[in-house]
Amino acid sequence: MGWVEGRFEENFFVTTIEQGIAWARESSMWPMTFGLACCAIEMMAVGGPRYDMDRFGAGAFRATPRQADLMVVAGTVNMKMASRVRRLYNQMPDPKFVIAMGACTCGGGPYYKYGYNVVKGVDLVVPVDVYIPGCPPRPEALLEGLFRIQDKVRGMRYLTKGQATDLPIPARTGYVLLPPELDDPDPVKALEKQIAWAKMNKEKAAPTKA
Amino acid sequence: MTSTEIITTLETECGSRIKSKNADAIDPFVVVEPGDLLAVCQTLRDHPRLKLDSLNCISGVDYLELDPKKIAKAGFEPHLEVVYHLCSISLKHRFVVKVMLPRWKGDKPGELPEVPSVAGIWPAADWHEREVFDLSGVMFTGHPDLRRILLADDWVGHPLRKDYEFPLEYHGIRGR
Ligand code: SF4
Repeated sequence: MGWVEGRFEENFFVTTIEQGIAWARESSMWPMTFGLACCAIEMMAVGGPRYDMDRFGAGAFRATPRQADLMVVAGTVNMKMASRVRRLYNQMPDPKFVIAMGACTCGGGPYYKYGYNVVKGVDLVVPVDVYIPGCPPRPEALLEGLFRIQDKVRGMRYLTKGQATDLPIPARTGYVLLPPELDDPDPVKALEKQIAWAKMNKEKAAPTKA
Repeated sequence: MTSTEIITTLETECGSRIKSKNADAIDPFVVVEPGDLLAVCQTLRDHPRLKLDSLNCISGVDYLELDPKKIAKAGFEPHLEVVYHLCSISLKHRFVVKVMLPRWKGDKPGELPEVPSVAGIWPAADWHEREVFDLSGVMFTGHPDLRRILLADDWVGHPLRKDYEFPLEYHGIRGR
């Protein structure tokens, strides 16, 4: 175990092989370089230093599907492209994951009604694991989508498939921390506060009658 | 050269071929028959005082009003237009040529109207004509390689026609 020696303080940890595999896998999700339209710009921003997808192990964009685990379908998929998307997906080695990034890939987006040549959602072509809405989604949203994929990988079982597990799956929950005026230890009261706040905002935004 | 002068020059060169003209439009233009297009375009490019050596774009325009209430007010018969925007780089002027076509050849739906290709005069026309063919459905006779340029090769129909019906299904993918 040369690579781990002397790299930590005196300590020890226990885990299972399975969790070790999952950890290794989730920390090196290699996405495929695959941008179809404007959303691709946002995906590139996530790859760049400001948002830096590499912090989460997904920065190595591969130029071939054979080296990639993750397909970020970033942009409008049209009918002509659909067969290519499908073929690229088929060429990726298992286990493979697909993120549908943007309104276009979630369900046609701006081209839903009059886009004669646009596939109304990439899930008609390939199975999708995570949908990220937005036109385009913020870079943070793509990172969040990546975390959801990582949660999924962490929950996968390779050796003890179908058996009950007593180890809890650690996961980033994705819950948003609310400001104190909207939060309450009692969830019912918190909900009431939030509804009241939403109502007030809606009234504020309504156009004044002349 | 002003557009009035261009039209006058063109009329002296090939007067009988000009069907109508409009010098007051924002983009002054002449209308020619499809059969006369090549001769007029050759003159426009090669005449020493015109020298319209650059083809900016070719557009296909479908004039069709589908709403029965608005047909009376539309002010045009259903037809198809192909518009050629030209400019001269050396003489710094521009000009427009239009060709009027029926929406279908011989009014038989499915038969594309025909225009001679100007790809031999301006090589830039090659892809522009493919695009007009692909989206508006105009057959350019004599084109070196008239295939669809944007849509898939087995696509049915021409989407920028006003009466185009969206496909419900394409190779197993639901269309809407
Ligand atoms: S969702 Fe919006 S930003 Fe993304 S590809 Fe579609 S149109 Fe472009």
